[in-house]
Amino acid sequence: MYRYDEFDAGFVADRVAAFRDQVARRLVGEMTEEQFRPHRLMNGLYLQLHAYMLRVAIPYGTLNARQMRKLAHIARRYDKGYGHFTTRQNLQYNWPSLIDTPAILEELASVEMHAIQTSGNCIRNVTADHFAGAAADELEDPRPYAEILRQWSSIHPEFTFLPRKFKIAVTGAVRDRAAIQVHDIGYQIVQNEKGVTGFAVYVGGGQGRTPLIAVKIRDFLRKEDLLAYTQAIVRVYNLEGRRDNKYKARIKILLHEKGADWMRAAVETEFANASRDFIELPSKEIARIQDYFAPPKFRKFAGPSENFESRRESDPKFAAFASTNVDAHQQPGYGIVTISLKPIGGIPGDASADQMDIVADLAERFGHDEIRVSHEQNLVLPHVALDDIVTVFDALAKSNLATANAGLISDIIACPGLDYCSLATARSIPVAQRISERFGEGARAREIGDLKIKISGCINACGHHHVAHIGILGLERKGVETYQITLGGSGDETCSLGTLTGPGFSSEEIVDAIERIVDRYLLVREEASEDFLTVYRRIGMGPFKDALYQTNVGADI
Amino acid sequence: MSYAISANRLSDGAVVFLGQNGWVESLASAEIFAQREAAEAALGERAHADARRNLIIEPLIFDIRARDGVIEASHIREAIRAKGPTIRPDLGKQAVR
Repeated sequence: MYRYDEFDAGFVADRVAAFRDQVARRLVGEMTEEQFRPHRLMNGLYLQLHAYMLRVAIPYGTLNARQMRKLAHIARRYDKGYGHFTTRQNLQYNWPSLIDTPAILEELASVEMHAIQTSGNCIRNVTADHFAGAAADELEDPRPYAEILRQWSSIHPEFTFLPRKFKIAVTGAVRDRAAIQVHDIGYQIVQNEKGVTGFAVYVGGGQGRTPLIAVKIRDFLRKEDLLAYTQAIVRVYNLEGRRDNKYKARIKILLHEKGADWMRAAVETEFANASRDFIELPSKEIARIQDYFAPPKFRKFAGPSENFESRRESDPKFAAFASTNVDAHQQPGYGIVTISLKPIGGIPGDASADQMDIVADLAERFGHDEIRVSHEQNLVLPHVALDDIVTVFDALAKSNLATANAGLISDIIACPGLDYCSLATARSIPVAQRISERFGEGARAREIGDLKIKISGCINACGHHHVAHIGILGLERKGVETYQITLGGSGDETCSLGTLTGPGFSSEEIVDAIERIVDRYLLVREEASEDFLTVYRRIGMGPFKDALYQTNVGADI
Repeated sequence: MSYAISANRLSDGAVVFLGQNGWVESLASAEIFAQREAAEAALGERAHADARRNLIIEPLIFDIRARDGVIEASHIREAIRAKGPTIRPDLGKQAVR
């Protein structure tokens, strides 16, 4: 993985020192809150319901054991013994004090981490496929490009005060696990007819209060032009994006108000006219960054792993884990292990400091020192030999980390909601917990199969409900929490936005409502392999609406 | 309807309530205002002054009610602030009791 050079280390150290000074000046009153707030936010420190919240960047969701142990240490020493992994592949601490924050940032800097650009109207943490560098369906590892974009966009003077925040996602695989079509820019590594790899460019996607799917504005971009083209897009946005209304300030609104053709032409003109000095990406530089992400030294295996196969045959729990939480690796004899942070009835995305340490140990011993954070709020050990997965599974099970539900109905994304967030209008986590308890991880969940439930506690949609197969949006009506349901959303390469079913449900009603939808799905699917999204796309909203609102009772289905 | 005033302490972000003699950590010890006008006056004269003295940030007035003799926030948002996350009874003010 990428290692800081002298410049990176100096830059981060300078920022920590600057923030330490700003905090000191704030505490003695040399700065007012109005003056201090932008500095606080630029260092990832928000004020939430109960306390400050520090959002730590995990670039493209990649970290090593040393970094994970540091996150655990900070959780123990400065917070309340846990952290929350987010849908932006970041980590949030919910209880840091302002006084401690400079020390926390210094601890992070000691392991090449920071909280810069996790807030504010700038280019945020670049996200990527959490299976990058491991997935069997991958054309090329997207992380070197995510790293190049990260370096280029870090305190970029031209793009520090954009009309609104700006999110870039990169994938190198056929299956889109990075939800690139709901980002401001989505880059997908593709191959052209000459066999050369470059990028398909998607612009103007996003969720929030106005969910929109990105438009592909270019089929193929040369790798050398990655920064020049990104600059052109962000430059057009910076000049033309609305600043009169923060709810209409994202690039998705600009694109959809002016049209895809206008955007394409504006970007291409800017791209053609801008000077390439300093911004053309020489292949030597790409290769230099790629070296940091070189595959680990994999062991060679002659045949299938006996260890893995015999345990799978003898232990149904392991067999369930192997079928849901182990994905195909590009290297024979290896698997990608998803560590679910969705224990049944647990808080999605939360990990205790002890659990972080366990994951760090396993990554070091069995996973080539690599850990990933997925936008689905799970952790991933991307490179584990099938021979070792049995041992990894047993260790995870001892720490309540072996829930066999990755991709199943209880693998729910939920934003912090009104339990923590000052923007939220309703709680998300308790709804996730009750749905998880209702369906579990056992035979019933497996019978239902792939089903993505995502819950947001307000229209800002941090819980990605717009792209859920079953989305839940928590709102407040006359002082009471109420939950709307959307169906048919998807964040993958077949990206679609969910459609509202109709009137919402109370907190007491919502889990039964979800169960009625699921029961109807089981009734109408043609075969067990026909997943929920496929069925929805085949039959549409009608039958689900009937089940949900108990209309057309007794009618033929 | 009665009212109380809440804020976050600058140094650690903890939720605090305006009491008779400064800021307190428990809603039970908060000063109760029977009239909105009195709460507005206290917000302007005392809370904002303490914000200027760098003790607290983001002061606000919220509605309270008495249930079984116990003061609680009328709205769920302030009720959660006064107690802690509903999904972690071991955290926040509710954990202290």
